[in-house]
Amino acid sequence: MKQAGIVIEMENGRVKETSLGMITLAGRTADSLTAMVMSGITDDITDHLSEYGVHTIVDLSLPDAPEIRRNPAVQATAVVHAARELKLDRILGLSSPEGKDLLPRVAALLDAPLIMDCVDADLKTGTATTSQYSGKMMAKIQLTGEILMFGVRPNAVLPESKPVPAKTIAMTMDAVVPENIILLSRDEADTEGRQSLAEADIIIAGGRGLKNKDNFSLIFDCAEKLNAAPAASRVAVDEGWVPYAFQVGQTGEKVSPQVYIACGISGSIQHFAGMKTAKMIIAVNKDENTAMMANCDYQVQGDLFAILPEIMRQL
Amino acid sequence: MQIYVCVKHVPDSAANIHMIDNRNIDDSVPFLMNPYDEHAVTEAAALKKQIPDSEIIAVCLGKKDAESTLRSALAMGADRGVLVETDDMCDSMTTARVLHAAIIRDGGADIILTGKESIDSEGMQTQFRIGALFDFPVVTNAASLEITNGKARVGCELAGGRTRTYELTLPCVIGAGRGLNTPIYPTFPDVVKSRKKPIETVARSQLNVSDAPGSAKIISMTPLVQKRNPRKIIGTPAEQAAEIIRILRQEAKVLS
Ligand SMILES: Cc1cc2nc3c(=O)[nH]c(=O)nc-3n(C[C@H](O)[C@H](O)[C@H](O)COP(=O)(O)OP(=O)(O)OC[C@H]3O[C@@H](n4cnc5c(N)ncnc54)[C@H](O)[C@@H]3O)c2cc1C
Repeated sequence: MKQAGIVIEMENGRVKETSLGMITLAGRTADSLTAMVMSGITDDITDHLSEYGVHTIVDLSLPDAPEIRRNPAVQATAVVHAARELKLDRILGLSSPEGKDLLPRVAALLDAPLIMDCVDADLKTGTATTSQYSGKMMAKIQLTGEILMFGVRPNAVLPESKPVPAKTIAMTMDAVVPENIILLSRDEADTEGRQSLAEADIIIAGGRGLKNKDNFSLIFDCAEKLNAAPAASRVAVDEGWVPYAFQVGQTGEKVSPQVYIACGISGSIQHFAGMKTAKMIIAVNKDENTAMMANCDYQVQGDLFAILPEIMRQL
Repeated sequence: MQIYVCVKHVPDSAANIHMIDNRNIDDSVPFLMNPYDEHAVTEAAALKKQIPDSEIIAVCLGKKDAESTLRSALAMGADRGVLVETDDMCDSMTTARVLHAAIIRDGGADIILTGKESIDSEGMQTQFRIGALFDFPVVTNAASLEITNGKARVGCELAGGRTRTYELTLPCVIGAGRGLNTPIYPTFPDVVKSRKKPIETVARSQLNVSDAPGSAKIISMTPLVQKRNPRKIIGTPAEQAAEIIRILRQEAKVLS
């Protein structure tokens, strides 16, 4: 019997689509699915989770104080507690920004193997598929141990409805408030209303071809018109035109949007490592002989300063 | 302060990776220090400037040739290096155990710095496992670090420009992110000086490391190549723009 526990992420009081996709993935090979919710359970959440195949919903009953509830070290102890109480032998969570700060903590406390950024996982055999060498390779990995953990890449699997009756339970646990790691503050400010790179359908990215910080606003304006997420090559980040959070590549974000529009980006091996899994790549470059132009779906040879304003004008 | 920095010897980020069988890569490509670890070493050097009586010890688990990565750490400011030599590919559960044992054998840590992940195995977890073995607090993807009165105040980046600020008691483990600093580029005299700094080599079997209760092993690996056949979009900028919009609407169906 494979008892899978799934760490659920919420957004604006709703279960994230990417969490539902992870439930679908787990449901293919697990015997029972337990959703672990950190923010309290409402009827809406219960209905939503049971519609996608969750059998048991656990309220991890974290303390109310936000700086304690949101401390990933506190969350990790709650997940570990639930895993032990409910005898879960598979634990899944998203390989999202929050997940990258939570799942390895759980794995370390349980001394259990963990594979991050899985695009596929078989909970019966304990195998997972993930990228290696910064997106240059795909590897199949065998996990062994009592409890196996999987960090699932957001959007790797699309949610499929599979209604089952679900019961809810509350964990009773005295939250240990750690003294050695205190969360002082969280700042969510600077991306309000902007699409997150990992979840965007369209990404429009700019590189050295934008030439300076002022010009880079062209990428932001275009992104807004296209309802796309703006992104950048490392050069644009190193030059100080955009913050590091926008960097795509080997040492930046790994993205797989439906469409990636690369503007004034040559297509270094490190940049490709972050976006080669895009469904469609459109390259806008004045030089035909660049790697980006050779490895895209649509080559747009020309001056980005002429083409991008035209796109905005015509929309 | 005793500052330990864990560094990993990984294929150059610019290298094309090829397979020799269905599990192992051709390791004749150039190997360098993991880029995130450069930030960790750079931060260690900055801490030592701030707290003068500090010693920086770079620790690496790897093959014999990983010594060159330790040399780079020495050129960037580490005082000495410890190479735990193994020919095995170790998963993060084992790596953490070995690094933990190597640090204990060497002395006591006030702070342990690592990179937030390695660019070869992309595990993102060794720092947390080291922390759990020591029972030290851990943060990852650090973008700022300030040490005062035995406490570390660390700003960590989540994706999308969001941040979290933590206060940790020392000793602690910190996974360095790219926002932390600009890596030191050693000068020629630094490189010359580093040649005289000691590197101790310890065989993995010399460290008494117990087996982990679990493992992660690669069973097969394939290059991720997406063969694309570029089609040209030609015409005036206005015509090119119109065609891009048509493709977004009709082919990719991502635009209404
Ligand atoms: C350890 C390490 C890690 C790295 N990680 C990353 C990473 O994560 N992400 C990343 O992106 N890079 C990374 N790099 C850097 C990488 O090697 C390249 O330097 C970088 O990707 C190049 O950025 P670029 O394409 O914007 O610039 P360039 O290579 O300079 O390309 C600029 C392009 O713009 C075109 N252009 C110029 N003007 C115009 C115009 N008016 N209209 C249209 N086209 C124009 C040019 O033809 C050219 O092709 C890393 C490097 C190292 C060593």
